[in-house]
Amino acid sequence: MALPVFESGDDPGTDFARLLSRTGVAQPSAVGLRPEDIPHATTCVALRFDGGVVMGGDRRATSGHLISHRSMEKVVQADSHSGVAIAGAAGPAVEMIKLFQVQLEYYEKVQGTALSLEGKANQLSSLVRSNLPGAMQGMGVVPIFAGYDQRRETGRLWDYDLLGGRYEERDHVATGSGSLHAGTVMKMGFRTRLDRDAAVALICRSLWEAAEADSATGGPDMVRGIFPIVAVIDGEGWNRVTDSELETVFNGIVASARESSS
Amino acid sequence: MSMPYYVAPEQAMKDRADFARKGIARGRGLVALRHSGGVVIVAENASQSLRKVSEIYDRIAFAGVGKYNEFDQLRVAGIRQAELTGYQYSRDDVDARTLANDYAQLLGNSFTHGMKPMEVEILVAEVGLSGVGDDQIFHIMYDGTVVDHDDACALGGDADAVTARLAEGFAEGLDLAGAVALGASALGGERTLSAAEVEVATLERGEDRRCFRRLASDEVSNLLGA
Repeated sequence: MALPVFESGDDPGTDFARLLSRTGVAQPSAVGLRPEDIPHATTCVALRFDGGVVMGGDRRATSGHLISHRSMEKVVQADSHSGVAIAGAAGPAVEMIKLFQVQLEYYEKVQGTALSLEGKANQLSSLVRSNLPGAMQGMGVVPIFAGYDQRRETGRLWDYDLLGGRYEERDHVATGSGSLHAGTVMKMGFRTRLDRDAAVALICRSLWEAAEADSATGGPDMVRGIFPIVAVIDGEGWNRVTDSELETVFNGIVASARESSS
Repeated sequence: MSMPYYVAPEQAMKDRADFARKGIARGRGLVALRHSGGVVIVAENASQSLRKVSEIYDRIAFAGVGKYNEFDQLRVAGIRQAELTGYQYSRDDVDARTLANDYAQLLGNSFTHGMKPMEVEILVAEVGLSGVGDDQIFHIMYDGTVVDHDDACALGGDADAVTARLAEGFAEGLDLAGAVALGASALGGERTLSAAEVEVATLERGEDRRCFRRLASDEVSNLLGA
């Protein structure tokens, strides 16, 4: 394969998606599928705490009423100080995340400096918007973007609509079929100046309640040892919370649920 | 009607090579060498913002000497090539040898067919997964010649003298500080280069996906002071 070199007036610049189309690596598109034919991913949440943000997401993907995957990873690292979580059609969503990750790193390397956090959020908007034909067929992708803004030294969160509309939220966001319940739990439990452990516990609690009330959201799978993905992003960068820590948190939630029903 | 002058192919190639060499010799050089934790690249560069050394991919670094706009264009083309391959196939399928070959094709083409040959020499280095034996250092010349080096190599003006000084000081198992100091002294020769006059970046063998790391100026002065 010859090196991709372009004339100066005709250069795709720092936009990786444009580079893909210029070099003929086609973009996937879903046509003629019914939404229930393909896996959908469900509840993802994020909230701001004292030192940054915490993100979380369950592991279940469903096709109609069937569980198609038990260990899907819907919360992924976007770059050193940000993460993205997705709800919606799993195929396009996973593809979107992959493209988003490559785009951020590509920009950073070509340009020599990383995009600002807001620039990254904006970039994700255009990826969501480019999935509009899919969204019209019921294969929409609705992500959450969260990260630590190194210039402002604070955590920030964004949610999106199907058309790529971008909304910065102050405290917490939820997306997916269980978002109503998860959002309510976070709303009730949120306080300013939460510390890291309290924020992780609140995220777990919100996912637990969403799984209780929404059939498309998976709870912690104690039998197989599959726990939701929870990640803390602070000044140190992205850090995934270990399964053993999550197990302790969920055991606590289980114990309190047992107590209140006995 | 006037006839074009006949120029022997040998003469034409020699003229082009001389032209490219002159352009390259005008700029400052750089060296790359293996050390116990990976590969380090030391470039003589007074500018803090215009880079000669940069990241291409997870385990691959790029460095260029000569005309800035030309090697910067090659740098961006390399990043594109690597990212496209990694996106289409897998991140594991991106390697320095393929990239060095692509660069060689491009430079060779521009040397023979272009309006003028590119006045650059570039370096592509890759840090191996498992150990020192996997590290690769490729040196690609303005005419598309590729040379791979085991331990160390020098690019740019006065490369022969720098190479000799490097070979003299190189020892198996150098640590990062030793390698940076050797690189700076080989580049400097009679002169002593300060931390502000060199640009240093490493490819570090380790757990992280992205192995490339740029050393800040105070870190370099610590290493040079030691």
